[in-house]
Amino acid sequence: MSAADGADGRMDGPAIALRGVTKIFGPDPQAALALLRAGRSKAEVQAETGHVVGLDDVSLDIDKGQIFVVMGLSGSGKSTLIRHVNRLIDPTAGEIVVDGEEVLKMSLAQLRTFRRTRIAMVFQRFGLLPHRSVLDNVAYGLEVRGVPRARRLEVAAHWIGTVGLSGYERSRPRQLSGGQQQRVGLARALAMDTDILLMDEAFSALDPLIRSGLQDQLLELQAALNKTILFITHDFDEALKIGNRIAVLKDGAVQQVGRPEEIVLNPANAHIEEFVRDVNKARAIHVRTIMERAGEGEAEACAMTVPADARCEDVLPHFAQHQWVGVVDAEGRQVGRVSARQVIKALARYSPDVP
Amino acid sequence: MFPELIDTRPLRRAVDDGLNWVVRNWGGELEAAAYPLLMLLNWIERLLLSTPWWLFIAVFVALAFLATRNWKLPLVVLVGLVFLGVMQLWRDAMATTALMIAATLTAIVISIPVGVWMSRSARVRQLVTPVLDLMQTMPSFVYLIPTVMIFGPGKIPALLATIVYASPPLVRLTDLGLRNVDPAVMEASHAFGATSSQRLFGVQIPLALPTILAGINQTTMMALAMVVIASMIGAGGLGYQVLQGIGRLEVSRGLFAGLGIVVLAIVFDRIIQAYGSRLQASIGIAEARQ
Ligand SMILES: Nc1ncnc2c1ncn2[C@@H]1O[C@H](COP(=O)(O)OP(=O)(O)O)[C@@H](O)[C@H]1O
Ligand SMILES: [Mg+2]
Repeated sequence: MSAADGADGRMDGPAIALRGVTKIFGPDPQAALALLRAGRSKAEVQAETGHVVGLDDVSLDIDKGQIFVVMGLSGSGKSTLIRHVNRLIDPTAGEIVVDGEEVLKMSLAQLRTFRRTRIAMVFQRFGLLPHRSVLDNVAYGLEVRGVPRARRLEVAAHWIGTVGLSGYERSRPRQLSGGQQQRVGLARALAMDTDILLMDEAFSALDPLIRSGLQDQLLELQAALNKTILFITHDFDEALKIGNRIAVLKDGAVQQVGRPEEIVLNPANAHIEEFVRDVNKARAIHVRTIMERAGEGEAEACAMTVPADARCEDVLPHFAQHQWVGVVDAEGRQVGRVSARQVIKALARYSPDVP
Repeated sequence: MFPELIDTRPLRRAVDDGLNWVVRNWGGELEAAAYPLLMLLNWIERLLLSTPWWLFIAVFVALAFLATRNWKLPLVVLVGLVFLGVMQLWRDAMATTALMIAATLTAIVISIPVGVWMSRSARVRQLVTPVLDLMQTMPSFVYLIPTVMIFGPGKIPALLATIVYASPPLVRLTDLGLRNVDPAVMEASHAFGATSSQRLFGVQIPLALPTILAGINQTTMMALAMVVIASMIGAGGLGYQVLQGIGRLEVSRGLFAGLGIVVLAIVFDRIIQAYGSRLQASIGIAEARQ
């Protein structure tokens, strides 16, 4: 919502825009759509017509250079949503604009070119080709695009190194662990060198430790690559950790969109509050959102400082030694300060259980 | 008794006259059209007969060894083929093998494209499935008679009947194999912008290959099952020996020729199966399904 979101500062429209996208699964979606528009719920539409509402009037703007997370329980329509962006699914109503181009107006050939050059995807169940080596898997997208063999293998080898799989080029996917297989999936998508990356529960099938390692790796890569990443997850902690913005989906409808702390601090409804209750708020809330700004009080420099993107959990240990911890911007100027009391207030105030 | 609702005689006569008309007016053309099949069959038969018996045995023992990497199957193959030679069945076995191979090759050329077509369209599948059912359940004599009327007794009707009988499993298994490719892999291929032929040749066929190979195996087995019937209309081979054995009440002749057919079935079945599981392991489908 603020300048902080336009990460690369270019203001030429969002990378991905969904406008009123509705998807109804079933033989006669238009009839069911009329019911939905008349105000029936997903459950009612399903009971009356047997049609499943996948998405219900979803509008989202995803800015360039963002990691935009769509979060929701299983069956909330996350996979359906992400598949609209590269039109693996056609909507019942609405429009989808990617980099100013209307995806639904593309011919089959244009759509193929669009998928080959503009957008890459990582899948929950990896979707690797079991009969090909890791190297050939990573090169697959480039092969489809028609890149000559020598060149595509060179690019593939580079990305295999980047995701930390050097030495596995000749292995088959089945010889790798789940985490390694997903690194192959990630390398395959990155090798496409597209501005947009779609990740559908890419880390959900992995063990917690492996998952956390891949999250860190994704953030590291993103710091260098600055792509637009649409990331799907059912795990609120994961959403908070990697999302610049988060949209919460329920029954195919968007419940709330905002920065992680906006959602944690002001959950829009009971459904989101339920997620927030179990979440580690100290990790979700950035100190800059609760700090006392320089100029408001006395602006004396603090002995201990943290960067502006630090989270509450990062400053908590410092309060053992210091009463105030300074918050500094990228140039090292102190822009504000926080006290233990402020942090505790922030964490406590927004707990729904504490009045 | 079911009441006689209509007089069926005109209907029957129409069918019979129709066939006669086809034989009279189109017999030559149809025979010419089937001629390449006869050439194929004769070529294979000549090749097999001109191959020295020891080379033939060596090739199949080697194939069996390459497929299994142990000595059990090669030994079975060796014993089986030597049995054919010792019992003076070699020439007939080669004729039968040639018929089987020619029918299988033709079935592959026809069935795999039909299977691909079926796998891509529900409508085509609806149309083709009953035809396949018909081909498999219709007693083969029913279509043998018209083919013999058109082509005269000999190898062509035998070959055609064998193809008709042996093709359906390959069509079905090709269709099944292509449709059962892991949807996650197919979706990835879509997402990267693959064309439908890139998907077919790069993803579907390689991953369906073990299933298709199982279909080819079934086709060879069905083709072997047809040899006795085929020999009745002049295909010769082991089936003819069986037939003669029955005709002359020479149990031994029928028995040994019958065992010869069993030997061929075992040799081809086991070798193809072994290659199938090797392929499956190399693709990693066996593991993926765990
Ligand atoms: N091809 C389909 N046909 C019918 N219903 C579908 C189809 N795909 C998804 N759905 C339904 O749409 C809803 C959303 O599914 P999905 O997007 O897969 O959810 P998520 O990814 O959040 O778990 C679910 O109720 C699901 O059953
Ligand atoms: Mg999903």
